[in-house]
Amino acid sequence: MTKGIVKGIIANLVFVEVDGPVAQNEICYINLEGTKLMAEVIKVMGNVAYTQVFESTRGLKPGAPVEFTKHMLQVKLGPGMLSKNYDGLQDDLNKMEGMFLTRGEYTDPLDETALWDFTPLVKVGDEVGAGDWLGEVPENWLKHKIMLPFVMEDKYKITWIADAGKYRIIDTIAKVENSEGQSQDITMVQYWPVKLAVHCYKHKPRPFKMMETGMRCIDTLNPIAEGGTGFTPGPFGAGKTVLQHLISQHAEADLIIVAACGERANEVVELFVDFPKLEDPRTGRKLIERTIIICNTSNMPVAAREASVYTAMSIAEYYRSMGLRILLLADSTSRWAQALREMSNRMEELPGPDAYPMDLPAIISNFYSRAGYVNLNNDVPGSITFLGAVSPPGGNLKEPVTEATKKVARCFYSLSQERADSKRYPAVDPIDSYSKYLDYEEVQDYLNKHIHPHWVQDVLLTKNYLLRGKEASDQINILGDDGVPLEYHDRMWKSEVIDRIILMQDGFDKIDKATPMKRQAYMLEMVLSVCKTGFGFESYEDVQPFYSRMINTLKQMNYTEFLSEGFKEYESQLNSIVEERKVK
Amino acid sequence: MAGTAFQKIYTKLNQITKATCSVTATGIGYEELATVSGRLAQVVKIIGDTVTLQIFSGTENIGTDAEVIFFGRPPTLKVGEQLSGRFFNAYGDPIDGGPAIEGKEVEIGGPSVNPVRRMEPSEFIATGIAGIDLNNPLVTGQKIPFFADPDQPYNQVMATVALRAQSDKIILGGMGLSNDDYLFYKSTFENAGVIDKIISFVNTTDDPPVERLLVPDMALAAAEYFALEKNEKVLVLLTDLTLYCDALSIVSNRMDQIPSKDSMPGSLYSDLAKIYEKAVQFPDGGSITIIAVTTISGGDITHAIPDNTGYITEGQLFLRKDTDIGKVIIDPARSLSRLKTKVMGIKTRADHPKVMETSVRLNADALKAKTKMENGFDLTDYEERAMKFSHDYANQILAIDVNIGPEEMLDVTWGLFQKYFTREEVAIKEEFMKLYWKKA
Ligand SMILES: Nc1ncnc2c1ncn2[C@@H]1O[C@H](COP(=O)(O)OP(=O)(O)O)[C@@H](O)[C@H]1O
Ligand SMILES: [Mg+2]
Repeated sequence: MTKGIVKGIIANLVFVEVDGPVAQNEICYINLEGTKLMAEVIKVMGNVAYTQVFESTRGLKPGAPVEFTKHMLQVKLGPGMLSKNYDGLQDDLNKMEGMFLTRGEYTDPLDETALWDFTPLVKVGDEVGAGDWLGEVPENWLKHKIMLPFVMEDKYKITWIADAGKYRIIDTIAKVENSEGQSQDITMVQYWPVKLAVHCYKHKPRPFKMMETGMRCIDTLNPIAEGGTGFTPGPFGAGKTVLQHLISQHAEADLIIVAACGERANEVVELFVDFPKLEDPRTGRKLIERTIIICNTSNMPVAAREASVYTAMSIAEYYRSMGLRILLLADSTSRWAQALREMSNRMEELPGPDAYPMDLPAIISNFYSRAGYVNLNNDVPGSITFLGAVSPPGGNLKEPVTEATKKVARCFYSLSQERADSKRYPAVDPIDSYSKYLDYEEVQDYLNKHIHPHWVQDVLLTKNYLLRGKEASDQINILGDDGVPLEYHDRMWKSEVIDRIILMQDGFDKIDKATPMKRQAYMLEMVLSVCKTGFGFESYEDVQPFYSRMINTLKQMNYTEFLSEGFKEYESQLNSIVEERKVK
Repeated sequence: MAGTAFQKIYTKLNQITKATCSVTATGIGYEELATVSGRLAQVVKIIGDTVTLQIFSGTENIGTDAEVIFFGRPPTLKVGEQLSGRFFNAYGDPIDGGPAIEGKEVEIGGPSVNPVRRMEPSEFIATGIAGIDLNNPLVTGQKIPFFADPDQPYNQVMATVALRAQSDKIILGGMGLSNDDYLFYKSTFENAGVIDKIISFVNTTDDPPVERLLVPDMALAAAEYFALEKNEKVLVLLTDLTLYCDALSIVSNRMDQIPSKDSMPGSLYSDLAKIYEKAVQFPDGGSITIIAVTTISGGDITHAIPDNTGYITEGQLFLRKDTDIGKVIIDPARSLSRLKTKVMGIKTRADHPKVMETSVRLNADALKAKTKMENGFDLTDYEERAMKFSHDYANQILAIDVNIGPEEMLDVTWGLFQKYFTREEVAIKEEFMKLYWKKA
């Protein structure tokens, strides 16, 4: 193994003089008086390796010995990751001693002593490749597949497979032989370098299904596809985190991976506290049972923050390879980009726009491309849907991270300061936001088939009402209430109905916070029928009180259990209000 | 922060800039403290045997033959009960003429709390200022700044909040505090008879700016001692963090770092997060709540300092002069307490969230109407009522001189709803309308 000696220190950038070969992104350990600090090689110049240390370097002195490991930053994959709380380097936070994070304390992400109930899925003589399922163990509710490690790219023959029974993850459960007759033992554990994408699947078709999130402003107006990508830029306080938390509770996915990347610790604590209590309405199981949390908050080491999104993505790819639907949420990808910037500045690299590294767009695009819907080698589908929050400085979307993300993410949910200020939550701007999936023919077919036959047409109509409403309101603002035709007021209020009833959604009301698709379709139909109705008014002053009453009644419906007595009552109330001014 | 035995002494500087100097030395640790000609300094860079030191009080008149003494340790603070009632400078040395502190020596700027060991903040801090308690209630373990233009009375408001909050200790971290404001805090605490639960670390405008960089870490090291070892509820007041950030930019500039937005260092977000994330609710009842001041310029919150702060803190309280009523108010549209949902309607009356939401919405309608009026248009009857509501709301709820209890502020607000609006316009859930909408 290559060894080295510390020669210089600038914050978490440490220069190491090495005595042998080192690789870019290789992991090494710096020995600080007995405490080993993990670091990654990020540049090599002659015999000096530039390393970024994943810990505080306080007290580190030149001359400290360094050991290189010959491998890149990697995750340890196997049964037992569900419900875990990891830091950005996949240390199990619950296994750490004490109140404070102690540097140099690395904990096992898995449990090497637990026994798992293994059932083989292959037999001796079968030919297998990377990612193929050799057996399965029950992990909570899911059938966790034990796969041929992703790094074994050759074709192999099974020469021995363990009988059904209880094994530890480190026990050999299969033996395989490659074409040259070399034999290898397989356990339930495998390692994967986080910065590389897993490619163990047959195809990656265009996403064609929608993934329900329970949020009306997304599902109804701009649906995200299963295996799709989206991002939510917005200034602070606009509602990025609340939106992600709501989605993490209600999205139609088998497994949710939450990467809390460089944001507040208290927000993650909320998940730690709530998820063991909250129920997944689809399965009745506790949310924590389908969740993995990667937590590298803003006060944790910056380099580990950068690693955290990769750790999360690699775990997502691992579970996708079992034929599961994964939803990966990252809050916020801007903090990851800033971590890159801090390092790049320390290395005195020539900066790109806003002092970010020049290759930032490539890094972001590379990361988003790891999401997607795939057909595995055994034709079972699996997917990773990715939603990233972006935190643009000053809420100004003309900045490198937002711009680079916009080029790759297919859904754009723009959170507006103005909507947040007037407490119109979720503050997703209905005019600027889009879902490119709505243009995909296969997605349109899916929506029309699964919701109702003219759904897409209705959605486009809704968008049109919103746009016309905005135009009308702009005119009223310029020309005054009586400077425009009466009809403009009607138009503006029709779009206001859509906004207040379909788009606005109370994240803290137990009924309104998530809306199943069936209910969304029902409400949209009702609201559209109001929009399509012609009303008669004498003066513009009659318009607001009339619509306020309708909105109030519809709002009560949103707070009431779907199709219950009370719900029906409000519905008939609404109908009688409509009748009052309906043009016959 | 005096030195100890086994000190390494050097007497030949290689380089001197406005804030740093470098010396050839070996066996020196990163972030280690030293004195250069008696001035406190800290190691910020080591390349081979060249050690670069940041001198907190500046390098004026430092000679190439200056004596450099290394301490062999990072900055520390001695903690113990004796800290109570005392005033210190940025280095943790007494400035009140009292004796030096005997106690456990702890490193400042220490490690972060393991997130899985944190508890959820859940205790309501009533301040009596209805603009805070109604729309943006505070919670123990929270971190929140006031955003205020320099001419706003932020120090007065903060002192009021500190005195009304039921805390066991109040730790003041003053950065670039004018001497007048320092004396204001001192006399306010003395007059309130609470001086024995106050601890202050103060860098005034008379002191060198770079020294400020130590203040938050000093204050928070003391806070951690009381919150963790004594299970106390500690309130930390940091004023003014904009001046702290200015000191950061001075240092990074002098170290030739590439600035990012508004000449701030690229690491500003991480630097501020390290401070604010010390706010915590511990499992055994102790907590650290941070209330800070970030002065802004002309209400601009897109400047890098308030912007990065907003992304880190759990909301912000926005002070603004309301010209209609001639008083300073807590602006409801631009203020936010992110932890309010932890206590609103749970630790306070159940209708609280809806009352807050509705009052803010109606007030926003009034603001829109006002713009419309200023543009020369006639107002509708609704808009006129909204404007009247807004006026009363500012006077009776939002003004910083309001001091009422949590129930009373809800009743006052319901009263205003009923005075100016119809049931449909208020549109609060039926269950609350039944309880609080009084039959005429
Ligand atoms: N859907 C929502 N419903 C109600 N309130 C919301 C909603 N989204 C955001 N908020 C309010 O806005 C605050 C900030 O939201 P958050 O998601 O933390 O913002 P960001 O992550 O964009 O900074 C929350 O604390 C909450 O008060
Ligand atoms: Mg957030």
